[in-house]
Amino acid sequence: MTSQARNQDTAALDSPGANTQVYSWVAARPAPKSIEKANALLVKFWKFISTHPLDAFLSIGLALLALQFLMLALNWGVIHAVFQIDEAACQNARGEGACWGVIGEKFRLILWGRFPFEEQWRSATACVLTLAMLALSVNKIVWTPSNRPFTLGAWCFSIVGFHTLMSGSLFGLSFLQIWPHVDTELWGGLPLTLILSLGSIALATPMGILLALGRTSEMPIIRSICVLYIELVRGVPLISVLFMASFMFPLLLPSLQTPDVLIRVLLGITLFSAAYTAEVVRGGLQAVDQGQQEASQSLNLGYWQTQRYVILPQALTHIIPGMVNNFIAIFKDTSLVTIVSLYELTGSLGLALNGDANWRAYKLEGYLFIAAIYFFFCFTLSQISQNLENRLTNR
Amino acid sequence: MIPGNETLIEFKNVNKWYGNFHALKDINLRVHQGERVIICGPSGSGKSTLIRCVNALESFQEGELIVNGHALAENLKAIQAIRKDVGMVFQQFNLFPHLTVLENLTLAPQKTQGLTQAQAQDTAFKELKRVHISEQAHKYPSQLSGGQQQRVAIARALCMKPKIMLFDEPTSALDPEMVQEVLDVMIDLASEGMTMLCVTHEMGFARSVASRVILMDQGQMIEEAAPETFFNSPQQERTKAFLSALHRP
Repeated sequence: MTSQARNQDTAALDSPGANTQVYSWVAARPAPKSIEKANALLVKFWKFISTHPLDAFLSIGLALLALQFLMLALNWGVIHAVFQIDEAACQNARGEGACWGVIGEKFRLILWGRFPFEEQWRSATACVLTLAMLALSVNKIVWTPSNRPFTLGAWCFSIVGFHTLMSGSLFGLSFLQIWPHVDTELWGGLPLTLILSLGSIALATPMGILLALGRTSEMPIIRSICVLYIELVRGVPLISVLFMASFMFPLLLPSLQTPDVLIRVLLGITLFSAAYTAEVVRGGLQAVDQGQQEASQSLNLGYWQTQRYVILPQALTHIIPGMVNNFIAIFKDTSLVTIVSLYELTGSLGLALNGDANWRAYKLEGYLFIAAIYFFFCFTLSQISQNLENRLTNR
Repeated sequence: MIPGNETLIEFKNVNKWYGNFHALKDINLRVHQGERVIICGPSGSGKSTLIRCVNALESFQEGELIVNGHALAENLKAIQAIRKDVGMVFQQFNLFPHLTVLENLTLAPQKTQGLTQAQAQDTAFKELKRVHISEQAHKYPSQLSGGQQQRVAIARALCMKPKIMLFDEPTSALDPEMVQEVLDVMIDLASEGMTMLCVTHEMGFARSVASRVILMDQGQMIEEAAPETFFNSPQQERTKAFLSALHRP
């Protein structure tokens, strides 16, 4: 309604005598959109409450609970928390707020374990090297046929580099020593977690593929061996495998020069996870249509050519989620090697805090810290797998 | 095109069982070079099994099968020697879905015949041109229609330079309007003198290109005749019943 029209209306009211004026009913100005929306929401909300009272009660209750928890976490983790490396302040804040200072105090022990203190830059460099190679390897371009040899070469190079940094000598040979020797028993923290998980993933995947092919093979002896292996290993807990690798193996073969404990444990995890990988791969193999095999045969491709170029590329695409599941499980399972005195991330946290009466009380903060590290790796892995899946299935 | 005298495929009293089920009963069949043999019959009659024996996708328990001079036995060498000369086209196309059309065509020649990528692609483009589909070379199979996929499958088999082509119901999985484009390619191939063993229900196609038509039922070859005889004056009651069932609207 224009202001002019409104003036006319008031003019007509002011002079009752002028009854020639015709009054027309004017509709109310519509409420602003935002109020209308809020009203609609309220109406909806009320309708929900009145029709589903129990659901509404539960929803509101849970929301309040979540809020309460959030406030508690905020209070403990931020508001009342101590961020400086100040033991007395931490003591005062105990029960009220977190002591993040413990991480500042102990992070070198947590991240690098028992590695000699003044040599820890080598551990750090080894980790950076590994992470850089991983970051590089998720790019599509480094895996094109022309770049692939360089990428694989770079990986070989960085594995040697990793070992040299950690042990101090090239190929572990004493006459090629560059830095002070560090025994593998002293390797710990993040580098150990990385070497155990990446190493066993890299070794268990091809082994799992071979086991899966064996289990689906038409040759009865090979098939039974693979079935036996897979079922046997899956029926045993990882901890017992680790015990066998670290304690039983040297006892059974006392005369032989037994390989390093790190190698034994790495092989133990590999042999263990290969059985799980095999079953995931078998699922993928069975999802590939039988016709693919027949088409390959009719084109005179041999068994291995068929698997390599036709069946496996399709099977592995199907099982990306399952494989990543497996990788994440392996990554976290490496924390079990603590029981055979290898102090990876979880173990070195215990090492860092248990022996120090002043800081022992703040384990929770420490565990949250390494949980964040584990989460970072696992979440990154799942994101990468999702990208890979999208790329391979959007054809 | 006059069929040559050379016998390329010879079945001698071939018998096959799946467990207790007698799938092929005393099959005797000779296919000469350049012949187009069409096999028809009701489903489950053993016609697919018959042609799958030729390139050893199926084994058999009794009898003898000689393909291009190689006796087929459970011997890998003979199987590979035979598959080298025998191309096959499947009902469900069976293209490799993770590879482009071009890669589908070049994979086997590179891996089994030692061709370079360039050589293999050269052949591939020639064969794609033959099946009128060269513009789709860089697409993935799932981006093509059924008829196009089946033509790619034919081209893929032809890239191996086979002497014999086996077709296992090549048009049965196609939408009706795509059947003809595939049949046209097969007719072209027949006119170029390719030896063909073809399981199909396309009786018009059989009539126009077949050297011989065979009816199979319950694992047996019921009737074997030239197409005119087969369609116009069949000898066996079973054939008459089969043909009249086909012609019923």
